[in-house]
Amino acid sequence: MIYRETGQFKPTYQSDSAVFPIAQDRWVVIAFVAFLAVVVPFFGSEYLFQAILVPVLIYSIAAIGLNLLTGYCGQLSLGTGGFMAVGAVACYKFSTAFPEMNLVVVLLLSGVVTAGVGLIFGVPSLRIKGFYLAVATLAAQFFLNWLFNKIAWFQNYTPSGTLTMPPREVFGVLITGAAAQPHHRYLFCLAMVVILALAATNIVRGPVGRAWMAIRDMDIAAELIGFRPFQTKLLAFSVSSFYVGIAGALALALWLGSVETAEAFDINQSFQVLFMVIIGGLGSMLGSFIGAAFIVLMPIVLTNVMVYGLGFEAVTAKHFEFIFFGGLIIFFLIVEPHGIARLWQIAKEKLRLWPFPH
Amino acid sequence: MNVLNAVFVAPFLDMADSPAFFFEVVIGGMMTGVMYSLVALGFVLIFKASSVFNFAQGVFALFAAMTLVGLMTGTVPFALDKALPGMPAFVAIVLTGVVMVGLAFLVERVVLRPMVNQDHIIMFMSTIGIAFVLEGFGDLMWGSDVKLLDIGIPTGSFFFLDMMIQVFDLWAAGIAGVLVLSLAVFFQKTRTGRALRAVADDHQAALSVGIPLKSIWVIVWSVAGIVALVAGIMWGSKSGVQFSLSLIALRALPVLILGGFTSVPGAIVGGLIIGVGEKVAEVYWGPLVNGAIETWFAYVLALVFLLFRPQGLFGEKIIERV
Repeated sequence: MIYRETGQFKPTYQSDSAVFPIAQDRWVVIAFVAFLAVVVPFFGSEYLFQAILVPVLIYSIAAIGLNLLTGYCGQLSLGTGGFMAVGAVACYKFSTAFPEMNLVVVLLLSGVVTAGVGLIFGVPSLRIKGFYLAVATLAAQFFLNWLFNKIAWFQNYTPSGTLTMPPREVFGVLITGAAAQPHHRYLFCLAMVVILALAATNIVRGPVGRAWMAIRDMDIAAELIGFRPFQTKLLAFSVSSFYVGIAGALALALWLGSVETAEAFDINQSFQVLFMVIIGGLGSMLGSFIGAAFIVLMPIVLTNVMVYGLGFEAVTAKHFEFIFFGGLIIFFLIVEPHGIARLWQIAKEKLRLWPFPH
Repeated sequence: MNVLNAVFVAPFLDMADSPAFFFEVVIGGMMTGVMYSLVALGFVLIFKASSVFNFAQGVFALFAAMTLVGLMTGTVPFALDKALPGMPAFVAIVLTGVVMVGLAFLVERVVLRPMVNQDHIIMFMSTIGIAFVLEGFGDLMWGSDVKLLDIGIPTGSFFFLDMMIQVFDLWAAGIAGVLVLSLAVFFQKTRTGRALRAVADDHQAALSVGIPLKSIWVIVWSVAGIVALVAGIMWGSKSGVQFSLSLIALRALPVLILGGFTSVPGAIVGGLIIGVGEKVAEVYWGPLVNGAIETWFAYVLALVFLLFRPQGLFGEKIIERV
């Protein structure tokens, strides 16, 4: 009744190929983004911004990046943590070497650098497939973390080996550094996410995305009908790394403030982002957001319930958290292997027919 | 020029200078490699029979070692302050084996059966889920402190032709050899082994000649559990039972891709190559770059092999049809 596209005519090609062809979808998304941008900053607490919203937004970018590679192009990667580290290190180096440079430019450049690194580590994908490739991408993870740890130039020769983001302004507003207001950081993140997500949506529904999906579904057949597997896969690796790199740079600049790369971007990060993509939904933009929110929020909720609600000791709660986390993941994979985004899809289909399902 | 010399000439001169030391390094590497092989074997068994890439194998080893220590010291599960009289190592090992078989049943029942025919990546993720659950459960049950495991494997070292050899390493190699031999006999000579190979070859064909897939999976996961137990014992007595034990899975992955996911001999040979390569590189080339290259060198070594043989050294040739 509410969710019905009857009467929404598409007189032009533009309206037919819009990102959200159904008006209800469009308005819900616009309203939601407007709510996040206009309403939330007024009542959000510092905890809400720093511990929940900013991480969710940053991980959304990383999840979109991995989703482009794994969900759309079918190349399983376990090197996400390493690429996030590249982004963070590049961001640190650019912003300390060129203090005048605009933060947006710094972030984009970090993405570009990461894209280059991703390109190099994507080269084996032409020969190696499936789990062999996944294990090969682990090489990126371990090698990059080792590199940033061993070579002091990447840390500007600081004795502690930590990267600390200097305070930077965008359009006269302080965004990074300890003195920056949490809601300013949050709004900056939100803007980045909206832009990057729109770009990603448009990439995957264009010719590039179609080539990726053809490669994913069957690479030999795709090759036979004229897609070039090498270029296509490498493009996927570099675009994906671009997103992941920006996520890593944002994690350093806006969320963590100062990181030790080997600690902050270890192998667990790779798995976390992969979980986000799979729990949220492979090959779904919406899924990347849902997955990121789910994986960031679940440990927080579990800890709060167990430590403050049920009075467990923190250590015991940590163990239970592991058990529940693993259990929930298995549960979701069994119930809906296509991710939460698929549940949403089914709900929308139901809603279209409601209240007369026959 | 200096760089080239340091990379391509000097290490080889060092090797030629003191061959005894070189062989000591190689043998040390082979021993570590055998330990890697033990972990990789568990992966291969499960991958062959069910095409599941079982990421939880390392945690299996950790869990087995924890259970063994708990039984031997008489810790009461979930109540760490109470203590029972401990039991002798042999009984404890058998009991832990029973626990691992029970775990295999549980995994098949709860995780694998509802997920038959899912994508490989989904199965893979679910084994990461298993790893999380087992890790939390093991810590909860037996406590997360570092434990010592001593089942009476002799330690010490002796000199043989100027080379220092660890007695423990010899035992490890011996135990691994016995394990591999008994696995080979089990696979080649028994009825169940034949059924396992049939399932590995072709699930559907195996089903159609009446091989019960479900019980085969339980058997395979049990065997992998036992292998994990052996790996857990060896690694646990070498470096203590603690969380980092589960990370040996990550060290075994290059072995796996080098040897091929589907080949038992591949796991052994791959383990040896990785073990030796890693040690030699660390000793001779490590100092050039401030050391600690062990974390990634194995992966790069495996990658180089993969570029020439994408299915690993002994993996089945991947035939693709459109």
